[in-house]
Amino acid sequence: MTLLAHDLKSYFHTEIVLKEPEQIVLPPEHVVVSAKDVSIFYGKKEAVKNISLDIYKKKATAIIGPSGCGKSTLLRSINRMNDFVSSFKMTGQIQYGGRDVMKTDPMLIRSQIGMVFQRPNPFPKSIFDNITWGPKIHGKNQNLEELVEDVLRKAALWDEVKDRLHELGTNLSGGQQQRLCLARALAMGPDVILMDEPCSALDPKSTSRIEELISVLKNEYTIVIVTHNMQQAARVSDYTAFFYEGEMVEFDVTQNIFTRPQNKQTEDYITGRFG
Amino acid sequence: MKNNITSRKTMEILFKIFCGVATLVGICALGLLLYHTVLEGMVFLKPAFFSNFQSRFPARCGMKAGIFGSLWLIGVTAFIAVPFGVSSAIFLEEYASKNKFWSLVELNISNLAGIPSIVYGLLGLAIFVRGLKQGQSVISGSLTMALLVMPVIIVSARESIRSVPLSLKEAAYALGASRYQVIFGHVLPVALPGILTGVILALGRAFGEAAPLIIVGALSYVSFVPENIKSEFTVMPIQIYNWAGRPQEAFHQIAATGIIVLLLILLSLNLVAIIIRDHYQKRFRL
Repeated sequence: MTLLAHDLKSYFHTEIVLKEPEQIVLPPEHVVVSAKDVSIFYGKKEAVKNISLDIYKKKATAIIGPSGCGKSTLLRSINRMNDFVSSFKMTGQIQYGGRDVMKTDPMLIRSQIGMVFQRPNPFPKSIFDNITWGPKIHGKNQNLEELVEDVLRKAALWDEVKDRLHELGTNLSGGQQQRLCLARALAMGPDVILMDEPCSALDPKSTSRIEELISVLKNEYTIVIVTHNMQQAARVSDYTAFFYEGEMVEFDVTQNIFTRPQNKQTEDYITGRFG
Repeated sequence: MKNNITSRKTMEILFKIFCGVATLVGICALGLLLYHTVLEGMVFLKPAFFSNFQSRFPARCGMKAGIFGSLWLIGVTAFIAVPFGVSSAIFLEEYASKNKFWSLVELNISNLAGIPSIVYGLLGLAIFVRGLKQGQSVISGSLTMALLVMPVIIVSARESIRSVPLSLKEAAYALGASRYQVIFGHVLPVALPGILTGVILALGRAFGEAAPLIIVGALSYVSFVPENIKSEFTVMPIQIYNWAGRPQEAFHQIAATGIIVLLLILLSLNLVAIIIRDHYQKRFRL
Protein backbone atom coordinates (compact mmCIF):
# COMPACT_ATOMS: atom_id res chain seq x y z
CA MET A 1 0.00 0.00 0.00
CA THR A 2 2.89 2.36 0.59
CA LEU A 3 3.75 1.83 -3.04
CA LEU A 4 0.27 2.88 -4.02
CA ALA A 5 0.37 5.94 -1.80
CA HIS A 6 3.68 6.95 -3.29
CA ASP A 7 2.44 6.39 -6.79
CA LEU A 8 -0.73 8.38 -6.25
CA LYS A 9 1.30 11.20 -4.78
CA SER A 10 3.67 11.43 -7.70
CA TYR A 11 0.76 10.98 -10.08
CA PHE A 12 -1.12 13.97 -8.81
CA HIS A 13 2.01 15.93 -8.25
CA THR A 14 3.04 15.83 -11.89
CA GLU A 15 -0.34 15.89 -13.54
CA ILE A 16 -2.26 18.68 -11.94
CA VAL A 17 -1.21 22.23 -12.60
CA LEU A 18 -2.82 24.44 -10.06
CA LYS A 19 -2.18 27.82 -11.59
CA GLU A 20 -1.55 29.00 -15.10
CA PRO A 21 2.23 29.30 -15.55
CA GLU A 22 3.62 32.65 -16.60
CA GLN A 23 4.79 33.00 -20.17
CA ILE A 24 8.54 32.97 -20.42
CA VAL A 25 9.89 36.29 -21.61
CA LEU A 26 13.27 36.05 -23.23
CA PRO A 27 15.84 38.44 -21.84
CA PRO A 28 17.47 40.74 -24.37
CA GLU A 29 20.80 39.04 -23.89
CA HIS A 30 22.07 36.75 -26.54
CA VAL A 31 21.99 33.48 -24.65
CA VAL A 32 18.65 31.71 -25.02
CA VAL A 33 19.39 28.26 -23.68
CA SER A 34 22.16 27.58 -21.30
CA ALA A 35 23.29 24.27 -19.85
CA LYS A 36 25.25 24.45 -16.61
CA ASP A 37 27.21 21.46 -15.33
CA VAL A 38 24.66 19.09 -16.80
CA SER A 39 25.08 15.37 -16.24
CA ILE A 40 22.43 12.96 -17.42
CA PHE A 41 21.98 9.39 -16.30
CA TYR A 42 19.90 6.55 -17.69
CA GLY A 43 19.82 4.26 -14.70
CA LYS A 44 23.50 3.88 -13.79
CA LYS A 45 24.80 4.82 -17.22
CA GLU A 46 26.07 8.37 -17.47
CA ALA A 47 25.09 9.52 -20.96
CA VAL A 48 26.12 13.16 -20.59
CA LYS A 49 29.01 14.18 -18.36
CA ASN A 50 29.16 17.59 -16.81
CA ILE A 51 28.46 19.72 -19.84
CA SER A 52 28.14 23.51 -19.87
CA LEU A 53 26.98 25.02 -23.13
CA ASP A 54 25.37 28.27 -24.22
CA ILE A 55 23.01 28.49 -27.19
CA TYR A 56 22.98 31.91 -28.82
CA LYS A 57 19.92 33.74 -30.03
CA LYS A 58 19.07 33.50 -33.74
CA LYS A 59 22.10 31.38 -34.45
CA ALA A 60 22.33 27.80 -35.56
CA THR A 61 24.29 25.67 -33.13
CA ALA A 62 25.36 22.22 -34.26
CA ILE A 63 26.16 19.39 -31.89
CA ILE A 64 28.32 16.80 -33.60
CA GLY A 65 29.91 13.59 -32.48
CA PRO A 66 29.82 9.83 -33.06
CA SER A 67 26.73 7.75 -32.19
CA GLY A 68 26.05 7.37 -28.49
CA CYS A 69 28.02 10.44 -27.48
CA GLY A 70 25.06 11.98 -25.65
CA LYS A 71 24.23 14.70 -28.15
CA SER A 72 20.59 13.67 -28.64
CA THR A 73 20.20 13.08 -24.93
CA LEU A 74 21.22 16.64 -24.16
CA LEU A 75 18.99 18.02 -26.91
CA ARG A 76 15.95 16.15 -25.64
CA SER A 77 16.57 17.44 -22.13
CA ILE A 78 16.17 21.02 -23.29
CA ASN A 79 12.46 20.57 -24.05
CA ARG A 80 12.02 17.85 -21.43
CA MET A 81 11.35 15.03 -23.86
CA ASN A 82 13.29 12.77 -21.52
CA ASP A 83 10.52 13.03 -18.93
CA PHE A 84 9.00 9.89 -20.44
CA VAL A 85 12.09 7.81 -19.74
CA SER A 86 11.58 6.46 -16.24
CA SER A 87 15.28 5.83 -15.55
CA PHE A 88 16.22 9.36 -16.61
CA LYS A 89 17.99 11.52 -14.05
CA MET A 90 19.64 14.88 -14.52
CA THR A 91 21.95 16.91 -12.35
CA GLY A 92 23.03 20.47 -13.03
CA GLN A 93 20.72 22.91 -14.70
CA ILE A 94 19.40 23.75 -18.14
CA GLN A 95 18.05 27.26 -18.37
CA TYR A 96 15.72 28.61 -20.99
CA GLY A 97 15.23 32.36 -20.91
CA GLY A 98 16.85 32.34 -17.48
CA ARG A 99 14.46 29.78 -16.03
CA ASP A 100 15.32 26.27 -14.91
CA VAL A 101 13.48 24.03 -17.37
CA MET A 102 13.11 21.27 -14.81
CA LYS A 103 11.13 23.65 -12.61
CA THR A 104 9.02 25.02 -15.45
CA ASP A 105 5.87 23.47 -16.82
CA PRO A 106 6.93 21.14 -19.66
CA MET A 107 3.83 22.06 -21.69
CA LEU A 108 4.92 25.68 -21.63
CA ILE A 109 8.52 24.84 -22.45
CA ARG A 110 7.49 22.70 -25.40
CA SER A 111 5.15 25.31 -26.79
CA GLN A 112 8.06 27.73 -27.04
CA ILE A 113 10.75 25.24 -28.02
CA GLY A 114 9.76 23.24 -31.10
CA MET A 115 11.30 19.99 -32.16
CA VAL A 116 11.93 18.12 -35.41
CA PHE A 117 12.70 14.44 -34.97
CA GLN A 118 15.08 12.01 -36.57
CA ARG A 119 12.40 10.24 -38.58
CA PRO A 120 9.56 12.23 -40.11
CA ASN A 121 6.57 11.68 -37.83
CA PRO A 122 3.57 13.52 -39.26
CA PHE A 123 0.22 12.76 -37.65
CA PRO A 124 -2.02 10.39 -39.65
CA LYS A 125 -4.23 13.39 -40.40
CA SER A 126 -4.51 15.84 -43.26
CA ILE A 127 -1.69 18.26 -44.01
CA PHE A 128 -3.90 21.08 -42.76
CA ASP A 129 -4.73 19.29 -39.50
CA ASN A 130 -1.09 18.36 -38.98
CA ILE A 131 -0.19 22.03 -38.82
CA THR A 132 -3.22 23.34 -36.97
CA TRP A 133 -3.38 20.68 -34.25
CA GLY A 134 -0.67 22.37 -32.19
CA PRO A 135 -2.16 25.89 -32.27
CA LYS A 136 -5.65 24.45 -31.70
CA ILE A 137 -4.78 22.62 -28.49
CA HIS A 138 -3.40 25.89 -27.20
CA GLY A 139 -6.70 27.59 -27.96
CA LYS A 140 -5.88 29.36 -31.22
CA ASN A 141 -8.74 28.83 -33.63
CA GLN A 142 -8.63 31.94 -35.79
CA ASN A 143 -6.94 32.66 -39.11
CA LEU A 144 -5.79 29.08 -39.37
CA GLU A 145 -5.75 29.19 -43.19
CA GLU A 146 -3.30 32.10 -43.14
CA LEU A 147 -1.18 30.36 -40.55
CA VAL A 148 -1.02 27.17 -42.61
CA GLU A 149 0.02 29.05 -45.74
CA ASP A 150 2.57 31.11 -43.84
CA VAL A 151 4.35 28.18 -42.20
CA LEU A 152 4.19 25.99 -45.30
CA ARG A 153 5.86 28.80 -47.23
CA LYS A 154 8.52 29.08 -44.52
CA ALA A 155 9.08 25.34 -44.78
CA ALA A 156 9.25 25.60 -48.63
CA LEU A 157 6.41 23.14 -48.98
CA TRP A 158 3.54 25.41 -49.99
CA ASP A 159 3.91 25.11 -53.76
CA GLU A 160 4.01 21.33 -53.57
CA VAL A 161 0.96 20.84 -51.39
CA LYS A 162 -1.25 23.92 -51.78
CA ASP A 163 -3.80 21.97 -53.85
CA ARG A 164 -4.03 19.02 -51.51
CA LEU A 165 -4.05 20.44 -48.01
CA HIS A 166 -6.78 18.02 -47.00
CA GLU A 167 -4.98 14.89 -48.05
CA LEU A 168 -3.11 12.75 -45.55
CA GLY A 169 0.24 14.13 -44.46
CA THR A 170 1.51 10.57 -44.22
CA ASN A 171 1.13 10.15 -48.00
CA LEU A 172 3.86 12.71 -48.74
CA SER A 173 7.40 11.67 -49.59
CA GLY A 174 9.94 11.38 -46.78
CA GLY A 175 11.54 14.75 -47.47
CA GLN A 176 8.15 16.45 -47.75
CA GLN A 177 7.03 14.81 -44.52
CA GLN A 178 10.06 16.19 -42.72
CA ARG A 179 9.33 19.69 -44.03
CA LEU A 180 5.73 19.23 -42.91
CA CYS A 181 7.03 18.38 -39.44
CA LEU A 182 9.13 21.53 -39.56
CA ALA A 183 6.07 23.56 -40.59
CA ARG A 184 4.13 21.97 -37.75
CA ALA A 185 6.80 23.09 -35.28
CA LEU A 186 6.86 26.60 -36.80
CA ALA A 187 3.07 26.90 -36.44
CA MET A 188 3.51 27.18 -32.69
CA GLY A 189 5.57 30.33 -33.18
CA PRO A 190 8.51 28.95 -31.21
CA ASP A 191 11.65 30.80 -30.12
CA VAL A 192 13.89 27.79 -30.48
CA ILE A 193 13.78 24.82 -32.85
CA LEU A 194 15.55 21.65 -31.82
CA MET A 195 16.49 19.27 -34.62
CA ASP A 196 17.47 15.74 -33.78
CA GLU A 197 19.38 14.46 -36.83
CA PRO A 198 16.60 15.74 -39.09
CA CYS A 199 18.19 14.48 -42.30
CA SER A 200 19.40 11.04 -41.28
CA ALA A 201 16.39 9.32 -42.85
CA LEU A 202 16.38 11.45 -46.00
CA ASP A 203 17.98 11.24 -49.42
CA PRO A 204 20.70 13.78 -50.42
CA LYS A 205 18.30 16.02 -52.34
CA SER A 206 15.81 16.29 -49.48
CA THR A 207 18.73 16.80 -47.13
CA SER A 208 20.02 19.79 -49.05
CA ARG A 209 16.53 21.33 -49.07
CA ILE A 210 16.31 21.05 -45.29
CA GLU A 211 19.80 22.53 -44.98
CA GLU A 212 18.81 25.49 -47.16
CA LEU A 213 15.80 25.99 -44.93
CA ILE A 214 17.90 26.00 -41.78
CA SER A 215 20.18 28.66 -43.26
CA VAL A 216 17.15 30.88 -43.86
CA LEU A 217 15.24 30.08 -40.66
CA LYS A 218 18.15 30.94 -38.39
CA ASN A 219 17.58 34.61 -39.22
CA GLU A 220 14.32 34.33 -37.33
CA TYR A 221 14.70 31.42 -34.92
CA THR A 222 17.32 29.95 -32.66
CA ILE A 223 18.23 26.55 -34.02
CA VAL A 224 20.00 23.65 -32.33
CA ILE A 225 20.80 20.79 -34.66
CA VAL A 226 22.21 17.45 -33.67
CA THR A 227 23.96 15.67 -36.49
CA HIS A 228 26.61 13.09 -37.12
CA ASN A 229 27.18 14.57 -40.56
CA MET A 230 30.14 16.94 -40.19
CA GLN A 231 29.70 18.57 -43.58
CA GLN A 232 26.16 19.40 -42.60
CA ALA A 233 27.31 21.08 -39.42
CA ALA A 234 29.93 23.00 -41.38
CA ARG A 235 27.37 24.12 -43.95
CA VAL A 236 24.52 25.28 -41.76
CA SER A 237 25.75 26.20 -38.31
CA ASP A 238 27.32 29.25 -36.72
CA TYR A 239 28.57 27.43 -33.65
CA THR A 240 29.61 23.83 -33.28
CA ALA A 241 30.00 21.67 -30.21
CA PHE A 242 31.90 18.41 -30.51
CA PHE A 243 30.77 15.68 -28.13
CA TYR A 244 32.65 12.49 -27.46
CA GLU A 245 31.56 9.76 -25.04
CA GLY A 246 29.30 12.08 -23.09
CA GLU A 247 31.79 14.88 -22.75
CA MET A 248 31.96 18.12 -24.64
CA VAL A 249 35.43 18.15 -26.15
CA GLU A 250 35.25 21.49 -27.85
CA PHE A 251 32.83 24.33 -28.49
CA ASP A 252 33.61 27.21 -30.81
CA VAL A 253 32.53 29.20 -33.83
CA THR A 254 31.94 26.63 -36.57
CA GLN A 255 34.68 27.98 -38.79
CA ASN A 256 37.26 27.59 -36.05
CA ILE A 257 36.20 24.03 -35.28
CA PHE A 258 36.65 23.02 -38.89
CA THR A 259 39.75 25.01 -39.77
CA ARG A 260 41.81 25.14 -36.59
CA PRO A 261 40.43 22.84 -33.89
CA GLN A 262 42.14 23.27 -30.53
CA ASN A 263 41.75 19.67 -29.51
CA LYS A 264 43.46 16.63 -31.03
CA GLN A 265 40.27 14.52 -30.73
CA THR A 266 38.21 17.11 -32.57
CA GLU A 267 40.76 17.24 -35.31
CA ASP A 268 40.80 13.47 -35.65
CA TYR A 269 37.01 13.36 -35.83
CA ILE A 270 36.53 16.09 -38.39
CA THR A 271 39.29 14.75 -40.58
CA GLY A 272 37.54 11.38 -40.52
CA ARG A 273 40.13 9.43 -38.58
CA PHE A 274 37.42 7.93 -36.33
CA GLY A 275 33.68 8.08 -35.74
CA MET B 1 29.67 -29.95 -48.76
CA LYS B 2 26.50 -32.00 -48.28
CA ASN B 3 23.38 -29.93 -48.17
CA ASN B 4 20.78 -32.60 -47.30
CA ILE B 5 18.48 -30.90 -49.74
CA THR B 6 16.39 -34.03 -50.34
CA SER B 7 15.77 -34.73 -46.67
CA ARG B 8 15.04 -31.09 -45.88
CA LYS B 9 12.56 -30.98 -48.73
CA THR B 10 10.90 -34.18 -47.46
CA MET B 11 10.51 -32.57 -44.03
CA GLU B 12 9.03 -29.53 -45.67
CA ILE B 13 6.41 -31.60 -47.52
CA LEU B 14 5.55 -33.68 -44.44
CA PHE B 15 5.10 -30.58 -42.32
CA LYS B 16 2.97 -28.96 -44.97
CA ILE B 17 0.71 -32.03 -45.15
CA PHE B 18 0.42 -32.16 -41.34
CA CYS B 19 -0.61 -28.50 -41.15
CA GLY B 20 -3.09 -28.92 -43.97
CA VAL B 21 -4.70 -31.96 -42.36
CA ALA B 22 -4.92 -30.21 -39.00
CA THR B 23 -6.73 -27.30 -40.64
CA LEU B 24 -9.07 -29.61 -42.56
CA VAL B 25 -10.04 -31.56 -39.42
CA GLY B 26 -11.15 -28.36 -37.74
CA ILE B 27 -13.06 -27.09 -40.76
CA CYS B 28 -14.76 -30.46 -41.38
CA ALA B 29 -15.85 -30.82 -37.75
CA LEU B 30 -17.31 -27.31 -37.77
CA GLY B 31 -18.94 -27.83 -41.15
CA LEU B 32 -20.54 -31.09 -40.06
CA LEU B 33 -21.85 -29.49 -36.89
CA LEU B 34 -23.28 -26.57 -38.79
CA TYR B 35 -24.81 -28.87 -41.42
CA HIS B 36 -26.61 -30.97 -38.79
CA THR B 37 -27.82 -27.96 -36.89
CA VAL B 38 -29.17 -26.25 -39.96
CA LEU B 39 -30.78 -29.46 -41.21
CA GLU B 40 -32.48 -30.01 -37.88
CA GLY B 41 -33.41 -26.44 -37.14
CA MET B 42 -34.72 -25.28 -40.48
CA VAL B 43 -38.11 -26.88 -39.76
CA PHE B 44 -39.00 -24.32 -37.14
CA LEU B 45 -37.20 -21.31 -38.64
CA LYS B 46 -40.28 -19.23 -39.46
CA PRO B 47 -41.18 -15.60 -38.76
CA ALA B 48 -43.35 -16.78 -35.87
CA PHE B 49 -40.22 -18.06 -34.12
CA PHE B 50 -39.08 -14.45 -33.66
CA SER B 51 -42.43 -13.16 -32.40
CA ASN B 52 -43.55 -16.01 -30.14
CA PHE B 53 -42.61 -16.51 -26.53
CA GLN B 54 -41.78 -19.79 -24.80
CA SER B 55 -44.47 -22.48 -25.00
CA ARG B 56 -45.25 -26.05 -23.97
CA PHE B 57 -46.09 -26.85 -27.57
CA PRO B 58 -43.08 -27.06 -29.91
CA ALA B 59 -45.00 -25.54 -32.79
CA ARG B 60 -45.77 -22.40 -30.78
CA CYS B 61 -42.29 -21.96 -29.31
CA GLY B 62 -40.48 -18.75 -30.04
CA MET B 63 -37.37 -16.88 -28.99
CA LYS B 64 -38.64 -13.34 -28.63
CA ALA B 65 -37.87 -13.19 -24.91
CA GLY B 66 -34.38 -14.60 -25.44
CA ILE B 67 -33.50 -12.31 -28.33
CA PHE B 68 -34.64 -9.16 -26.56
CA GLY B 69 -33.17 -10.36 -23.27
CA SER B 70 -29.78 -10.97 -24.90
CA LEU B 71 -29.78 -7.62 -26.67
CA TRP B 72 -30.70 -5.83 -23.43
CA LEU B 73 -28.06 -7.72 -21.51
CA ILE B 74 -25.28 -7.12 -24.03
CA GLY B 75 -26.27 -3.49 -24.53
CA VAL B 76 -26.11 -2.72 -20.82
CA THR B 77 -22.95 -4.82 -20.43
CA ALA B 78 -21.23 -2.86 -23.21
CA PHE B 79 -22.42 0.41 -21.69
CA ILE B 80 -20.72 -0.52 -18.41
CA ALA B 81 -17.71 -2.56 -19.50
CA VAL B 82 -16.42 -0.53 -22.49
CA PRO B 83 -15.89 2.86 -20.80
CA PHE B 84 -14.50 1.29 -17.63
CA GLY B 85 -12.36 -1.21 -19.50
CA VAL B 86 -10.90 1.28 -21.97
CA SER B 87 -10.28 3.86 -19.24
CA SER B 88 -8.46 1.27 -17.15
CA ALA B 89 -6.36 0.34 -20.16
CA ILE B 90 -5.50 4.01 -20.75
CA PHE B 91 -4.60 4.45 -17.11
CA LEU B 92 -2.35 1.39 -17.01
CA GLU B 93 -0.60 2.25 -20.29
CA GLU B 94 -0.31 6.01 -20.14
CA TYR B 95 -0.55 7.15 -16.53
CA ALA B 96 0.49 4.41 -14.10
CA SER B 97 4.19 4.46 -13.36
CA LYS B 98 6.06 1.25 -13.95
CA ASN B 99 6.45 -0.05 -10.41
CA LYS B 100 5.84 -3.31 -8.59
CA PHE B 101 2.34 -2.42 -7.46
CA TRP B 102 1.05 -1.78 -10.97
CA SER B 103 2.89 -4.80 -12.36
CA LEU B 104 1.00 -6.87 -9.80
CA VAL B 105 -2.29 -5.28 -10.83
CA GLU B 106 -1.53 -5.97 -14.49
CA LEU B 107 -0.64 -9.59 -13.78
CA ASN B 108 -3.92 -10.05 -11.91
CA ILE B 109 -5.98 -8.55 -14.72
CA SER B 110 -4.43 -10.97 -17.19
CA ASN B 111 -5.24 -13.81 -14.80
CA LEU B 112 -8.83 -12.63 -14.39
CA ALA B 113 -9.31 -13.04 -18.14
CA GLY B 114 -8.78 -16.77 -17.66
CA ILE B 115 -11.12 -17.40 -14.73
CA PRO B 116 -14.07 -19.75 -15.47
CA SER B 117 -17.25 -17.79 -16.12
CA ILE B 118 -19.23 -19.70 -13.49
CA VAL B 119 -17.06 -18.14 -10.81
CA TYR B 120 -18.21 -14.73 -11.99
CA GLY B 121 -21.77 -16.03 -11.77
CA LEU B 122 -21.30 -16.89 -8.10
CA LEU B 123 -19.72 -13.49 -7.49
CA GLY B 124 -22.63 -11.78 -9.24
CA LEU B 125 -25.13 -13.73 -7.18
CA ALA B 126 -23.44 -12.77 -3.94
CA ILE B 127 -22.79 -9.11 -4.72
CA PHE B 128 -25.38 -7.83 -7.19
CA VAL B 129 -28.37 -10.13 -6.62
CA ARG B 130 -28.11 -10.47 -2.84
CA GLY B 131 -25.64 -7.84 -1.62
CA LEU B 132 -26.92 -4.87 -3.62
CA LYS B 133 -30.44 -6.39 -3.72
CA GLN B 134 -30.84 -5.93 -7.46
CA GLY B 135 -32.68 -9.26 -7.76
CA GLN B 136 -32.64 -11.49 -10.80
CA SER B 137 -32.71 -8.51 -13.13
CA VAL B 138 -31.03 -7.32 -16.31
CA ILE B 139 -28.76 -5.04 -14.29
CA SER B 140 -27.52 -7.90 -12.09
CA GLY B 141 -26.80 -9.99 -15.17
CA SER B 142 -25.13 -7.10 -16.99
CA LEU B 143 -22.91 -6.16 -14.05
CA THR B 144 -21.83 -9.78 -13.76
CA MET B 145 -21.15 -9.96 -17.49
CA ALA B 146 -19.30 -6.65 -17.35
CA LEU B 147 -16.97 -8.15 -14.73
CA LEU B 148 -16.51 -11.16 -16.96
CA VAL B 149 -15.60 -9.25 -20.12
CA MET B 150 -13.70 -6.32 -18.62
CA PRO B 151 -10.36 -8.15 -18.23
CA VAL B 152 -10.51 -9.19 -21.88
CA ILE B 153 -11.32 -5.63 -22.95
CA ILE B 154 -8.55 -4.19 -20.77
CA VAL B 155 -5.92 -6.62 -22.01
CA SER B 156 -6.73 -6.13 -25.69
CA ALA B 157 -7.18 -2.35 -25.39
CA ARG B 158 -3.78 -2.13 -23.69
CA GLU B 159 -2.20 -4.09 -26.52
CA SER B 160 -3.51 -1.70 -29.12
CA ILE B 161 -2.74 1.41 -27.06
CA ARG B 162 0.79 0.14 -26.62
CA SER B 163 1.17 -0.38 -30.35
CA VAL B 164 0.64 3.34 -31.06
CA PRO B 165 4.12 4.45 -32.22
CA LEU B 166 6.11 6.40 -29.64
CA SER B 167 7.23 8.77 -32.41
CA LEU B 168 3.63 9.87 -32.89
CA LYS B 169 3.12 10.59 -29.20
CA GLU B 170 6.46 12.40 -29.05
CA ALA B 171 5.41 14.59 -31.97
CA ALA B 172 2.28 15.61 -30.07
CA TYR B 173 4.07 16.15 -26.75
CA ALA B 174 6.71 18.25 -28.50
CA LEU B 175 3.96 20.70 -29.46
CA GLY B 176 3.21 21.27 -25.80
CA ALA B 177 0.20 18.96 -25.61
CA SER B 178 -1.02 17.66 -22.29
CA ARG B 179 -1.29 13.95 -21.74
CA TYR B 180 -5.05 14.17 -22.07
CA GLN B 181 -4.75 15.92 -25.43
CA VAL B 182 -2.26 13.37 -26.69
CA ILE B 183 -4.52 10.50 -25.61
CA PHE B 184 -7.69 11.91 -27.19
CA GLY B 185 -6.02 13.51 -30.20
CA HIS B 186 -3.69 10.72 -31.24
CA VAL B 187 -3.52 7.61 -29.10
CA LEU B 188 -7.21 6.68 -29.09
CA PRO B 189 -7.93 7.39 -32.77
CA VAL B 190 -5.00 5.23 -33.82
CA ALA B 191 -5.73 2.50 -31.27
CA LEU B 192 -9.47 2.47 -31.92
CA PRO B 193 -9.61 -0.35 -34.50
CA GLY B 194 -7.66 -2.60 -32.15
CA ILE B 195 -9.78 -1.61 -29.15
CA LEU B 196 -12.95 -2.31 -31.14
CA THR B 197 -11.67 -5.75 -32.12
CA GLY B 198 -11.15 -6.59 -28.45
CA VAL B 199 -14.58 -5.27 -27.55
CA ILE B 200 -16.22 -7.31 -30.33
CA LEU B 201 -14.50 -10.49 -29.19
CA ALA B 202 -15.35 -9.88 -25.55
CA LEU B 203 -19.01 -9.06 -26.19
CA GLY B 204 -19.28 -12.02 -28.54
CA ARG B 205 -18.14 -14.20 -25.69
CA ALA B 206 -20.68 -12.64 -23.35
CA PHE B 207 -23.40 -13.18 -25.94
CA GLY B 208 -22.87 -16.92 -25.90
CA GLU B 209 -22.48 -17.33 -22.12
CA ALA B 210 -25.16 -19.21 -20.21
CA ALA B 211 -23.42 -20.48 -17.07
CA PRO B 212 -22.97 -17.26 -15.06
CA LEU B 213 -26.47 -16.09 -15.91
CA ILE B 214 -28.03 -19.34 -14.75
CA ILE B 215 -26.33 -18.75 -11.39
CA VAL B 216 -27.35 -15.10 -11.29
CA GLY B 217 -30.90 -16.27 -11.95
CA ALA B 218 -31.93 -15.54 -15.50
CA LEU B 219 -35.19 -17.41 -15.94
CA SER B 220 -35.74 -20.06 -18.53
CA TYR B 221 -39.48 -19.56 -18.92
CA VAL B 222 -40.13 -15.91 -19.72
CA SER B 223 -43.15 -14.66 -21.59
CA PHE B 224 -42.32 -10.98 -21.71
CA VAL B 225 -39.68 -8.62 -23.07
CA PRO B 226 -37.54 -6.67 -20.56
CA GLU B 227 -38.88 -3.16 -20.09
CA ASN B 228 -36.03 -1.67 -18.09
CA ILE B 229 -32.86 -2.72 -16.36
CA LYS B 230 -34.79 -3.95 -13.33
CA SER B 231 -36.85 -6.44 -15.37
CA GLU B 232 -36.40 -10.16 -15.09
CA PHE B 233 -35.06 -11.69 -18.24
CA THR B 234 -33.74 -14.67 -20.13
CA VAL B 235 -31.08 -14.94 -22.81
CA MET B 236 -30.78 -17.04 -25.95
CA PRO B 237 -28.14 -19.52 -24.70
CA ILE B 238 -30.30 -20.32 -21.64
CA GLN B 239 -33.35 -20.94 -23.79
CA ILE B 240 -31.32 -23.19 -26.06
CA TYR B 241 -29.93 -25.04 -23.05
CA ASN B 242 -33.43 -25.47 -21.70
CA TRP B 243 -34.85 -26.79 -24.97
CA ALA B 244 -31.95 -29.15 -25.53
CA GLY B 245 -32.56 -30.65 -22.08
CA ARG B 246 -36.16 -31.64 -22.77
CA PRO B 247 -36.96 -35.26 -23.60
CA GLN B 248 -39.20 -34.60 -26.64
CA GLU B 249 -37.50 -34.79 -30.00
CA ALA B 250 -39.30 -31.69 -31.31
CA PHE B 251 -37.70 -29.49 -28.66
CA HIS B 252 -34.26 -30.61 -29.83
CA GLN B 253 -35.15 -29.26 -33.26
CA ILE B 254 -36.26 -26.02 -31.64
CA ALA B 255 -32.91 -25.86 -29.85
CA ALA B 256 -31.20 -26.18 -33.24
CA THR B 257 -33.34 -23.35 -34.58
CA GLY B 258 -32.32 -21.29 -31.57
CA ILE B 259 -28.66 -21.98 -32.33
CA ILE B 260 -29.12 -20.82 -35.92
CA VAL B 261 -30.70 -17.56 -34.74
CA LEU B 262 -27.98 -17.05 -32.12
CA LEU B 263 -25.29 -17.57 -34.75
CA LEU B 264 -26.99 -15.24 -37.21
CA ILE B 265 -27.31 -12.46 -34.64
CA LEU B 266 -23.71 -12.93 -33.51
CA LEU B 267 -22.52 -12.86 -37.11
CA SER B 268 -24.44 -9.71 -37.97
CA LEU B 269 -23.22 -7.96 -34.80
CA ASN B 270 -19.66 -8.91 -35.68
CA LEU B 271 -20.16 -7.74 -39.24
CA VAL B 272 -21.36 -4.33 -38.11
CA ALA B 273 -18.41 -4.06 -35.74
CA ILE B 274 -15.95 -5.09 -38.45
CA ILE B 275 -17.37 -2.48 -40.83
CA ILE B 276 -16.98 0.20 -38.14
CA ARG B 277 -13.44 -0.96 -37.45
CA ASP B 278 -12.41 -0.95 -41.10
CA HIS B 279 -13.86 2.50 -41.49
CA TYR B 280 -11.60 3.84 -38.73
CA GLN B 281 -8.64 1.82 -39.92
CA LYS B 282 -8.85 3.50 -43.31
CA ARG B 283 -9.10 6.92 -41.76
CA PHE B 284 -6.11 6.57 -39.50
CA ARG B 285 -3.79 4.31 -41.41
CA LEU B 286 -0.18 5.05 -40.60
